[in-house]
Amino acid sequence: MIGLKRGRTKWFALAALLVAGGAFLGITVSGIGDNLVYYWGPKELRAAGNKAVGATVRLGGQVAPGSVKPFDSVSNLEFDVTDGTALVHVVSKGVPPQLFRDRIGVVVEGTMTAGGVFESRRLMVSHDNKYRAPADKNVDIKTLMQTTEGLDPAPAPQVAKSSNSR
Amino acid sequence: MVPTLGRTLILLALLAASTGAVVALTTGARPSSLGWTWSRRLAYAFGALMLLANLTMEYALLSHDFSVSYVAHVGSRSVPTWVSIVSLWSSLEGSILFWGMVLGAYVAIATYRNRGEHPEYMPWAVGIWLACGAFFSFLLAGPAQPFATVPSPPMDGPGPNALLQNHYLMVIHPPFLYAGYVGMTIPFGFACAALLAGRLGHDFLRPLRNSLLVPWIFLTIAIVLGGWWAYEVLGWGGYWAWDPVENASFLPWLTATAALHSALLVERKGVLKGWTVTLIAGTFLLTILGTFMTRSGVFNSVHSFTQSAIGPTILAFLAAALLFSVALFALRIDALESDGALETGVSRDAAFLLQNLLFVLFTFTVLLGTVFPLVMEAMSGKQMSVGRPYFDQMALPVGLALLFVMGVGPALPWGRATREQVRRALLPPLAGACVLALVGFLLGVRNRWTLAALLFGGFTAQVTLSEMLLPVRQRMRTHGEGLVEAFRNAQRRGRRRFGAYVVHAGAVIVIVAIAVSSTMATSKEIQLKEGETATIGDYSLTFVKAEVVAEPHRESTRARMEIVKGGRSLGALFPAMNQYDSQREPVGTPAVRTSLTEDLYLSVHNIDARSGTVGLLALVNPMVAWIWVATAIMALGGLVALLPAMRPSAIPAPATEPTPLVEGAH
Repeated sequence: MIGLKRGRTKWFALAALLVAGGAFLGITVSGIGDNLVYYWGPKELRAAGNKAVGATVRLGGQVAPGSVKPFDSVSNLEFDVTDGTALVHVVSKGVPPQLFRDRIGVVVEGTMTAGGVFESRRLMVSHDNKYRAPADKNVDIKTLMQTTEGLDPAPAPQVAKSSNSR
Repeated sequence: MVPTLGRTLILLALLAASTGAVVALTTGARPSSLGWTWSRRLAYAFGALMLLANLTMEYALLSHDFSVSYVAHVGSRSVPTWVSIVSLWSSLEGSILFWGMVLGAYVAIATYRNRGEHPEYMPWAVGIWLACGAFFSFLLAGPAQPFATVPSPPMDGPGPNALLQNHYLMVIHPPFLYAGYVGMTIPFGFACAALLAGRLGHDFLRPLRNSLLVPWIFLTIAIVLGGWWAYEVLGWGGYWAWDPVENASFLPWLTATAALHSALLVERKGVLKGWTVTLIAGTFLLTILGTFMTRSGVFNSVHSFTQSAIGPTILAFLAAALLFSVALFALRIDALESDGALETGVSRDAAFLLQNLLFVLFTFTVLLGTVFPLVMEAMSGKQMSVGRPYFDQMALPVGLALLFVMGVGPALPWGRATREQVRRALLPPLAGACVLALVGFLLGVRNRWTLAALLFGGFTAQVTLSEMLLPVRQRMRTHGEGLVEAFRNAQRRGRRRFGAYVVHAGAVIVIVAIAVSSTMATSKEIQLKEGETATIGDYSLTFVKAEVVAEPHRESTRARMEIVKGGRSLGALFPAMNQYDSQREPVGTPAVRTSLTEDLYLSVHNIDARSGTVGLLALVNPMVAWIWVATAIMALGGLVALLPAMRPSAIPAPATEPTPLVEGAH
């Protein structure tokens, strides 16, 4: 094709292509593996144990009744997320969304710390009326995610936090 | 009455498209003038019927005829008239109806423009187009059903999704996207026709390339309009999140851009014919995959509607189109013989190959990251997504390499270059590279990758500008013409080439602006009481008070923010939270103060007029406005490149390609 005259050259080219393709695939797959975002409920988060520490997780559940600690603009927002069976303590920095309150469905993106506290980078509130039923034992995460405000754009943490001071 | 009329029109369109497809494909196999006449008539009929069906739906929307199921689903008496009009594409069934109209228009126009030309290809192409038309008519007649009758019509409807009512960009983004997406059917039909006819002659390249360039222009605009909409409406402060839906629009753009370039190699050298038609078919398949992903509810986003039978039907169509393409390629690709050979070595040819390779790599990385969660969920039932860092870290090297190739390629001569030629071509643009990088450094850019983008950007900008003006300089030198006259003559003779370099110039600006805006942004979350002031960057923001503004269909709570920069007052910004009648949850509207150098972006997270508090996300985003402007430049360049082709009498382009200053040894 491209001036390859002998069969041997062709085989070399093919082998080089295979190696390059394999390397590319390797880089891609490991890149995906390193950047997975898991969609979990509190029960699954607990079950994941140490795997959840450091991993990016979207935790879906309900704000446990009475768990929201009083907060102002300086302190962190603290509350528990529950699915009726398990409970996860969440610490969130930044400004809460308009509808945030007791018993509302939320999706929190962040990671588990070694201390067993979930550190939130983003806090989003579900739209769905149905989800607020306190008797909801089994969280259907998909439904929750689908009814959650502002889920579409997921800002990268390093971009949101970066500044030109570095 | 109206539902019946609508359904009848859809069924007639289905009839016209399916009959037309059979007639046209038969005519392709056994040419006859009667068959060709009827293929054309049925193509026009399909276009007209789809137009009528859409007009019927607009009538139903504007007259609030809630006996039409789609109107009952998205219509509302309380929304403004413009919202009623654009409701046509604001939800699933209507958007497929709109798709049908765009497809009908494309098919009718492409058929009309080529009615007397390319007799060996055209019947095949019309057959493929109408087969696609038949599928979408079937989708509208069966699974989608926008014109189903509502037995007991409600008095009023819920109105479209509040996010979609919130900004005027929603009026223009979807039509551009559809014009880009649907338009890829036309080059697909041409590519299949070339395979079915068993040859791809030089005379057929122009319709093939132009049919690709038209939707490419629309898609380019649509992708950026989507980003702009996200920026102005969604309130998280950015314009691109590698969301599956954004990726769905970006993937066919990548392959279409690659195909536009490889088509140039087909034209110049007669090589890569099979590769080019493969890229075109891939582009079409990616648009269908994108439609499946966005229209079936497998991803959750503002674009996804409720789950229905439409998703599986589109998936079946995708599978059929994929099988058809693979079979056709396997059987016929050898028929597209090369007319020449590709030179190896450092040359423009090699840059073209590298460019194509990079675009395909880019497509694969984005595709893998987008589809991976779907495959995992289908296999293990576990839900996950691929985070944005994956896409960022893959796009960064590929994007920079593309920026570099965009500069090196046009600087090098065709064929094989000597070491001396390479040196003379690549050394001078280093001046532009150093200047831009130095300017960036002095303005405070410290990120290594951003500096690299500036370096490559400066190199490519200088090459692009000098290539753009090369024909003008040549005419001034050899013909002794004045600047204005030389410019005009050069444009007339090499408009396509000029247009291509205008696109490149726009692309350089876009890439540099993306690099700067994504690494140099400052963000801050602030909670304020009335009268309090916060600072971000050089700006100080004072929350004066919260105002409630009542409108017919919504109630808007705005924060009046007085902005002062460096002691100078810049007036007030009003980021708001809107409560729509039809929806429980409020929707924020960010306020953006755009300037040439940077945007100040304020987005309300929470606001309470009674207690007088507001929670804000504030960002200073540099250079974002450049992205919007440079995209307009890219689109304009595409139009310039298209212009001569609009007049069939124009002189064919290859003969007028100016000789580069450094001529390669052929």
